[in-house]
Amino acid sequence: MTLENLANTLREHPFLQGFTAEHIDKLAAMASEVHFGKGALIFREGDESSFFYLLLTGKVALETNAPGRIVRIVTLGPGEEVGWSSLTPSHSKQFQARSLEETQALAFDGVRLQHACEEDCRFGYTLMTAMLRVVAHRLQSTRLQLLDMYSPVS
Amino acid sequence: MPVAELEREQTTGNEMTPAMARVAQVRKETYDTFTLALEPSGGEPFPGFTPGQFSMLYVYGNGELPISISGDPEDHARLLYTVRSVGKTTQALVSSQPGDAVGMRGPYGSHWPLKVARGKDVLIVAGGIGLAPLRPAIHYIMRHRADYNRLVVLYGARSPRDLIFRKQLEDWGRLPDTQVLSTVDYGGLSWRGHVGVVTGLFRLVRLQPFHTVAMICGPEIMMRYVIWELEARGMPPGDLYLSLERNMKCGIGFCGHCQYGPNFICKDGPIFPYHEVRSWFGRYEL
Repeated sequence: MTLENLANTLREHPFLQGFTAEHIDKLAAMASEVHFGKGALIFREGDESSFFYLLLTGKVALETNAPGRIVRIVTLGPGEEVGWSSLTPSHSKQFQARSLEETQALAFDGVRLQHACEEDCRFGYTLMTAMLRVVAHRLQSTRLQLLDMYSPVS
Repeated sequence: MPVAELEREQTTGNEMTPAMARVAQVRKETYDTFTLALEPSGGEPFPGFTPGQFSMLYVYGNGELPISISGDPEDHARLLYTVRSVGKTTQALVSSQPGDAVGMRGPYGSHWPLKVARGKDVLIVAGGIGLAPLRPAIHYIMRHRADYNRLVVLYGARSPRDLIFRKQLEDWGRLPDTQVLSTVDYGGLSWRGHVGVVTGLFRLVRLQPFHTVAMICGPEIMMRYVIWELEARGMPPGDLYLSLERNMKCGIGFCGHCQYGPNFICKDGPIFPYHEVRSWFGRYEL
């Protein structure tokens, strides 16, 4: 994908709504296109991977190891994000990510993103605001799952 | 007492007397949910029903329950009721055998806005057993497909083994202009579908506000989040319809058990346009 194509793809991604053209160009320069085959592990729980992904096609599951089984926490698809913890000081992955279908994504090195945020505070604020939206949405969804609202007791 | 009042009282007495129906079939949907097919006991056919309505089903010697009708409104030979076994009376109901007698009153209540939705997209959002009262609306739309635009069904359940009507949903999902997406809160590795709350499915749907009617049924907390999500996406409150549930006794608006603000769920509901109930929706004391 050329730099121009990357910028066009990024512009259409819901995560980047509200980003300026300059910010999009900055991100395009840091993006690389990646593909994961069906069933591929993108990262494992505990991995020191610092990559953050914007999903373009396919489906990815976040999973955790419970004793004797793997529990699927959430599935994510086009227009969503995987690996937001790469923007936190610890890069250790708390879940494992598995590609459930042929998946295409744009990958960003979290360390480079953090440096870019430190160098350009306005860019950093915009990126962290977008990230906060993702985290808040995930937190709300997790709370709803924990409510077990479909149970007869609820 | 004026004659009209006396007549009304007499009518009320009749409405409280169940007609007898016979269990024709009990079909297992999941480990705790069953669909009962009821047939008239005598020669008289059942009165018709409109999608969204419910009946009061009486398990003789046990108790009476409001249960939504879950079958095809154009199947006049029998009525289907999908029941989750969660208490003494529902357990007795799902344990019925073909030929057993069940008392029946109704159908009662308001219905899904199928006339209002003509010419528009229809978005159906269901959670858990909330899919049962919506299934007659889907049947109706399927039978009158040319009258409606796109049909989107979003369905959330606790786990894959809690999903009801799975085969039918898969069949509907293969039809043109129809999108059916299911998600579960907890999924194992064998589940290939979506995992997460039902609101997470909205990102996969192309929604046309002002050209869509949404019909929502599920746990009230789920419906609250669905409504927030739909309003955030520009859907007017008047185009959102939801099915509410409260403890009903008489089913005809006399006893007051199911009062909800100025409404009785049994008589004025169970289906309400959201803008009519938004002042009371989600209030703790209601």
